[in-house]
Amino acid sequence: MIGAGAVGAACAYFLTRKGFAVHVVERGAVAAGSSSAGEGNLLVSDKVSGPELELALYSRALWEQELAQYGELWEFESKGGLVVATSAQAGRALRTLAAEQRQRGVDARDVEPDAVTDHEPHIRRGLAAAVHYPQDAQVQPMLLTAHLLRLARAAGAVVSTGVNVTGFEVQASTESRRVVAVQTSQGTLACEQVINAAGPWAGEIATMAGVDLPIRPRRGFVLVTEPLPPTINHKVYAGEYVASTQSEHLGLEVSAVIEGTKAGTILIGSSREHVGFERRVSLPVLRAIASAALELFPRLAGVTLLRSYAGFRPYSPDHLPVVGPDTRLKGLWHATGHEGAGIGLSVGTAKLISQAMAGEGTDMDLAPFSPARFEAVAPA
Amino acid sequence: MSVQRSGVAKQPAYDVAVVGGGPAGLAATAAAARLGRRVVLIDAGAQLGGQYWRHANVSSAGPHDHVGHRDWEVFEALNERIRRHRQTGAAVHVAATQVWFIEPPGSDAGEPDWTLHLAPTCGAPDDRMPRTVRADRLILCPGCYDRQLPIPGWDLPGVMAAGGVQALLKGQRTLAGKRAVVAGTGPFLLPVAEQLARNGARVVAVCEASRIGNWGRHLPTVARTPSKFAEAASYGWSLARARVPYRTGTVVMRIEADSSGEQVGAVKLGRLGSDGRLRESSESLDVDLVALGWGFTPALELVSAAGAETRVDVDQSLVAVVDEEQQSTVAGLYIAGEATGVGGAQLALAEGELAGIAAADATHLERSRVRALRREIRRLRAFAVAMQRSHPVPPRWSEWLTPETLVCRCEEVAYAQVSEATSDLAATDARTLKLLTRCGMGWCQGHVCGFATATLAAAGQARQLNAEDLRPLAKQFPCAPIRLGSLLEH
Repeated sequence: MIGAGAVGAACAYFLTRKGFAVHVVERGAVAAGSSSAGEGNLLVSDKVSGPELELALYSRALWEQELAQYGELWEFESKGGLVVATSAQAGRALRTLAAEQRQRGVDARDVEPDAVTDHEPHIRRGLAAAVHYPQDAQVQPMLLTAHLLRLARAAGAVVSTGVNVTGFEVQASTESRRVVAVQTSQGTLACEQVINAAGPWAGEIATMAGVDLPIRPRRGFVLVTEPLPPTINHKVYAGEYVASTQSEHLGLEVSAVIEGTKAGTILIGSSREHVGFERRVSLPVLRAIASAALELFPRLAGVTLLRSYAGFRPYSPDHLPVVGPDTRLKGLWHATGHEGAGIGLSVGTAKLISQAMAGEGTDMDLAPFSPARFEAVAPA
Repeated sequence: MSVQRSGVAKQPAYDVAVVGGGPAGLAATAAAARLGRRVVLIDAGAQLGGQYWRHANVSSAGPHDHVGHRDWEVFEALNERIRRHRQTGAAVHVAATQVWFIEPPGSDAGEPDWTLHLAPTCGAPDDRMPRTVRADRLILCPGCYDRQLPIPGWDLPGVMAAGGVQALLKGQRTLAGKRAVVAGTGPFLLPVAEQLARNGARVVAVCEASRIGNWGRHLPTVARTPSKFAEAASYGWSLARARVPYRTGTVVMRIEADSSGEQVGAVKLGRLGSDGRLRESSESLDVDLVALGWGFTPALELVSAAGAETRVDVDQSLVAVVDEEQQSTVAGLYIAGEATGVGGAQLALAEGELAGIAAADATHLERSRVRALRREIRRLRAFAVAMQRSHPVPPRWSEWLTPETLVCRCEEVAYAQVSEATSDLAATDARTLKLLTRCGMGWCQGHVCGFATATLAAAGQARQLNAEDLRPLAKQFPCAPIRLGSLLEH
């Protein structure tokens, strides 16, 4: 298992339950990458109908059933989402999206514009449309990752942090090539299967294995306010956010995403940019985020900003995660490319991988997520 | 996206911007202005002087503003020089203002200079205050704050940082309690105790964790800094006259509430053996004020935001790396005072002046002065190192914690949660520990609990504290609290 983020931790958890001997290797610390730089979203509202929405609904069921007993450990909160539109045009698009989502089994409830303040008393007046999504939820992603790894360790998994993967040992025959070991900064680990769950760094890992995987970092910033008494009840975002997650645009995309946390702070996003792994604070981007948030919640203007953080989403060019075996190199699997949805989709991804690796039928068809869709791409 | 614009016209760039109006910043400003540079001095205080020369608030100021201050004549001379530079327009003082963001030359702002984004220290900005200042060179003199260690009961009202007690006395003329114990380590405990006693408090003890014998190894260094020795002796004399017991190898291990349960009532003492082991003593002292000081933590927000390299100093503080002209690892950025290593006001004055000369590109014109300053800096730095070695934080301080002791008071994180995170949840470093427990994520942003959190993370891995433990607790944005609405004001 390469990577101890939420996806790697969830894979370790589900694989140990299938009886696999699992060794997790992580370059940094537990959840040091994308998993510690997001908000811990478990969203169905931002997914257009298609395989990603199916994976979100499948994951949603796991959170609430199979993993319900651990919910408190990772602060699972079914807070619900409220998507709003400020223009008539965006309002029509939002209502159409919600209708499609309802067809797929999403609980999406139209809210009359004059009733929006019943859900969010501090939101601006005069919105064109709003939809309430009671299934949207949140976890604390650091706690999620750390506890999934703790549970996996209790079931026999080994977790090694501060270990760099440096290469792969491949056995080649006339008909196929197969991974037999992973080389690391701390020695060679023999293995039958290796899962690349390195998030935005998964492309680099794939390159070491001699395969091409077009996963790239897509930077995002989050602003954090001072702790306040409960002010915002849901995850509230502008309808444009859905377009932003699905966009092909390579420049800066900003859409307002605002939510309260148990600690009382308010998290304000979101931005999407392709700037490599550049961490330096960009004031124009933070200003654009703040401006978009104040459009929805003008009263936040007087609230004190405490900090900000930046992170990198594992971006996949067709906005679908990359989950399953790589047919170019036997024994190599990928579990990455979830962009901003990796926390929510981690458990579904992991359970499907554990079923596929055990040779069982999978609860959901993995074909739409197959790395094979990129195999025509020549290695960089 | 619409952005509000203030009516303030874009200011031309200054030659030098100085942030911080304490000893280092004043010396830097005076030096650069003397050498013909246009200097802007940005300071959080309403009046210059910093924490070292803290003024009484206007409402409580009296004719004896200087009482209780050391080297007041040095301040007055510097202040007078800067006042004259202000009259000629060579220097501009922007008071009661904090820098909330620094953009280095050539960053997103697209300017060839440093761009500093400003906000008022308190209240809303007014139109006279510039929102941004640009400068060719930047000198950061951000000072430091009290370093604290968690102790059982330290969240009770009546427990304060030693520097906070002194600030109340200097700024508000307020005595924080009537029966006080001053505890921790380092020479700063002495003036705090002395000022409490002189203002009418009964100081029942100064508890110094270190042993005076520690100084024995550093006698030659002390001999080269007689002024420091004289300073300590004068405090010692005052304390002896006020019959304040000075107890070495002694720590406050536990703070207990009074009968109301809501305020400090007593402290339990412990003894530190020469082997570093902690033993609880049967002794307790009745007090209503506990002043705690474990040295100082340099304020590194601006240094980190500007991208300058940092390192761990002798006293385990994160400090800026500077060369022999006080220049950081970022070209055009100079750092002086406590941010380069805690060393006191005299050292800060010398570093500030040198930084001012260097930022004015005048080291070749001022050769003899530069040589003298470097000598002074070497001598005082050697003393500071001896001081830090003689007054270490007790290596086994965490032994006095109980599972219930709050490590982070803002977020109410107990030691038990920290232990669970380091043992069961694989928090192998301070960043992971912080994100798993919320230690250092509250109002103080790690100012109070950052050092403790970092050392507990390292201790959980049975290794020495390193810079990577401390860096995540020195946040970068915003460098000072700012209202969300003000973020949009250019």
